[in-house]
Amino acid sequence: MEHNIPSDLNYTKSHEWVRVAGDLATVGITDHAQHELTDVVFVELPAMGRHLKAGEACAVVESVKTASDIYAPVSGEVMEVNVAATSNPALVNSEPYAGGWFFKLRIARPAELQGLLTAPQYAIHLGP
Amino acid sequence: MLKRTPLFETHQKLGGRLIEFGGWEMPVQYSGILEEHRAVRTAAGLFDISHMGELRLSGAAALEFLNRVLTNDVQRLGVGQGQYTLMCRETGGVVDDLYVFRTTEQEYLLIVNASRIEADMAWLEAQWVRFSRRGDVVVVNESDQYGAVAIQGPRVAEFIDACFDGGWGGGAAVTHARDLQKNEIASFRTAPAVAWVSRTGYTGEDGFEVVVPAKEVVVLWNRILTVGQPFGLKPAGLGARDTLRLEACYPLYGHELAETITPLEAGLGFFVALDKPDFMGRPVLAAQKQHGFDKQCIAFKMAGKSAPPRPHYAIWTPAPSARKIGEVVSGTQSPTLGVGIGMGYVPPAEAKPGTVIDIEIRGRMTPATVVTKPFYRRKA
Repeated sequence: MEHNIPSDLNYTKSHEWVRVAGDLATVGITDHAQHELTDVVFVELPAMGRHLKAGEACAVVESVKTASDIYAPVSGEVMEVNVAATSNPALVNSEPYAGGWFFKLRIARPAELQGLLTAPQYAIHLGP
Repeated sequence: MLKRTPLFETHQKLGGRLIEFGGWEMPVQYSGILEEHRAVRTAAGLFDISHMGELRLSGAAALEFLNRVLTNDVQRLGVGQGQYTLMCRETGGVVDDLYVFRTTEQEYLLIVNASRIEADMAWLEAQWVRFSRRGDVVVVNESDQYGAVAIQGPRVAEFIDACFDGGWGGGAAVTHARDLQKNEIASFRTAPAVAWVSRTGYTGEDGFEVVVPAKEVVVLWNRILTVGQPFGLKPAGLGARDTLRLEACYPLYGHELAETITPLEAGLGFFVALDKPDFMGRPVLAAQKQHGFDKQCIAFKMAGKSAPPRPHYAIWTPAPSARKIGEVVSGTQSPTLGVGIGMGYVPPAEAKPGTVIDIEIRGRMTPATVVTKPFYRRKA
């Protein structure tokens, strides 16, 4: 199965993507993740202002079949959450890298960004 | 090693996503659960149910034996008729829920849950050994010899007859499959095989279930898909099967039903014929009917926008009493209603429709209301 893996983003092994702009990181789940989850029917996002540690479970995405945790790719404070995704969870399926984003963090430890996967590394992680 | 149905490669070719279910590798979805659910509610869906078990019982004492081990009254079945029924232990706990069809005067076809075939056979053999007329009844597990499909949805009756090559004469006296009444069964030719076709299903829609020799099921599946395509027929997986059955409040063994749950507790008293002679579990079930029981299966709807309920979530009374009263056994986001729905067990005192309860979702009390079953009923 071919999946869309934009080259300008970074990734985690747990299938989150990160778009860095200045000290802000926008976080969502990958095309592969939304495909594996199937129809997303509910999204629960972290509270604004919450300080997240890298690797911390901070959001939940529910498909018809099951609930899955979303993890903070890097540490930081939640500056914005995507209310469009909570009111229309299908956006996570239809636009995983655009309208289906989850939240924005103010990056607390920029060095953590080095630990994220590049697009080619994530493609290898997914396997053939 | 997971078991595969004869349609395994067909599912792969159709892009089906395969998962483990009751020891079987089955498609959970093809195009998507919501799309397949909608197809069944508005047009038609085709399901592989070859994993389900087929048991054949025959002989002069088959009726008497079945009436001892099943809760519903098999005596009520004429040739070509079937009924939903349960098989219980002495405790009243459910060994399995199933369909029994009377295919000839002295032959019966039992369609049982895939995950319960071995348990059912072990139970039936144990009962058979104790049965005085055992010389006059033969119990055979023919599950491996048969494949089966379900064709479900409001438009199925428009094309069902194009799936077959005319009647074969067995079961109900009908010429066309569309003439079958609910719960009736008859045999039809589907070259080169003969199929048993019943007007039954597990979706809350009109539809048919078809049992054919295992080696013929791929040809039949492809024929049905071709014939049904102009009517909006789509292949549908176990994901949609589960959301459809939950909206219709049909029990699923391992969720609403278990050996620790009786049919009355599950709300299936209609299928327990206490007026027939003694049968397995009858004393306990009769006592429950008279004196009541301590847990009851409810249907509930989330009060507002919330995460969908899931099996094992705790059920509480609302604050200030805030008592834990039970557990969710099935739950999902209802594609038809657009809200979280579920079933669970609570004490009968808390089971009245309209009762407000809390579902504990990830540590948070989330309000829900007990509702009358089912969530969805098709328009007549």
